[in-house]
Amino acid sequence: MKKTIITVVGKDTVGIIARVCTYLAQNQINILDISQTIVQGYFNMMMIVDMNHIQKDFGVIVEELVTLGESIGVIIKCQKEEIFNQMHRI
Amino acid sequence: MINIFEVAETNEMIEKENLDVRTITLGISLLDCIDSDLKLLNEKIYQKVYDAAKDLVATGEQIAREYGIPIVNKRIAVTPIALVGGAACRTEEDYVGIAKTLDKVAHEAGVNFIGGYSALVSKGMTAADEKLIRSIPKALAVTERVCSSVNVGSTKTGINMDAVKLMGEIIKQTAQATKDADSLGCAKLVVFCNAPDDNPFMAGAFHGVTEADKIINVGVSGPGVVKTALSRVRGENFEVLCETIKKTAFKVTRVGQLVAKEASRRLQVPFGIVDLSLAPTPAIGDSVADILCEIGLEHAGAPGTTAALALLNDCVKKGGVMASSYVGGLSGAFIPVSEDQGMIDAVNAGALTLEKLEAMTCVCSVGLDMIAIPGDTKETTISGIIADEMAIGMVNQKTTAVRLIPVIGKGVGETVEFGGLLGYAPIMPVNSFSCDAFVNRGGRIPAPIHSFKN
Repeated sequence: MKKTIITVVGKDTVGIIARVCTYLAQNQINILDISQTIVQGYFNMMMIVDMNHIQKDFGVIVEELVTLGESIGVIIKCQKEEIFNQMHRI
Repeated sequence: MINIFEVAETNEMIEKENLDVRTITLGISLLDCIDSDLKLLNEKIYQKVYDAAKDLVATGEQIAREYGIPIVNKRIAVTPIALVGGAACRTEEDYVGIAKTLDKVAHEAGVNFIGGYSALVSKGMTAADEKLIRSIPKALAVTERVCSSVNVGSTKTGINMDAVKLMGEIIKQTAQATKDADSLGCAKLVVFCNAPDDNPFMAGAFHGVTEADKIINVGVSGPGVVKTALSRVRGENFEVLCETIKKTAFKVTRVGQLVAKEASRRLQVPFGIVDLSLAPTPAIGDSVADILCEIGLEHAGAPGTTAALALLNDCVKKGGVMASSYVGGLSGAFIPVSEDQGMIDAVNAGALTLEKLEAMTCVCSVGLDMIAIPGDTKETTISGIIADEMAIGMVNQKTTAVRLIPVIGKGVGETVEFGGLLGYAPIMPVNSFSCDAFVNRGGRIPAPIHSFKN
């Protein structure tokens, strides 16, 4: 299964996870793992998700998440997992 | 499984330290386009390049979006045009026509540069080679995206001094032909010794005759990432320093390998090599000179610079080699002046001279790159500088190159602005003692003794 990493970084506020997860659920994106920390007052979240059942194009999801992030006031990135595996695993 | 810190590290490299893939370069052989009919030749070249490259830019953008890594340039390299046009081109003007065709197809495909307006004359020139070389000033003046290179020497063949002499004149004529744009044409013209067949970086990229019909080569970058990593080990000894560079180079190159494999799969073109070069840009924090400063120099050019660059170049290779299944091209640290803010600062501070840059080219991956010199520099002086640089490449069995820009109408103390990735540069003084009698001898310098390995 090809996995995707979603990262959310920004000022902590109420409902970030709720809004991101709602979007993911609406688009048949299954969350496999979530980790989250607050670093120097900044909200930092990483999700590992399964996007094998999405109906939209991957690029569209990337852009919609960016737009969603802008509306919450955080930066959302959505990247295929391989870039991290390549860099950090031999 | 990947953890949050690893993800944050990668994204920090991309967002704050200018990690990017500098170029995906599609190499295309034009050998099967050769025809004695000039019109037919141009049509075949256009068609082959367009068909091969029409999806290149879109594919590059798609990969960039999916992995969240910027892919700055998408480019094309073709078979040296001196070979392709030999049968059809009767005049220099005929070659210029091919340059126009290349420029047109580069525009249509959406790539920012197309390399391969080239001749390989390390031992001797054919009539076709000479015609192409003589057409370079006009070709670079009437086109926007065409890049040209001439290989005038190699460890195996020695140095073709007739070609070196000619290139001094051609560089000057190119400067003259593009003087309204601050002699910009010269920024698209490289003179090589030991030119690699698979270099993805411009302006020296061409698709060598030893290559397959089409190939994907990728050039990575990442001086900012190396600099940031080194800032965390200030004051540590050389072992720690070198290990840090190697580990960082490994990570950077892995991204290049991923992008190369993906581009290859999606375009259905075989993967050639990853060129694991540290390629700077004029952007702040994307500088090789800044790495040298981080290693411990006040400015690039200070005593210790050559040693620092030597270890940097070596560690980049050692770290990168294991990260990619095929490494090639130039692979090392680039030291262009105009494309590196730290280099520009060093020149302005009086720390970096042309002579020191020449010493640095003995241990970096290429050569005297993007250096603006006074517009009244003599042709023979330019040839003398080329000969020196070619000798370094020939004897050290490495690629060296010269990309000098004699800026017509400007002198030492003035600045020239090229814009974009090409940056800007202070005009550097050149040793004005004559080498006329040396350059005018003609003939070639024999190959060095250590090239006889058979």
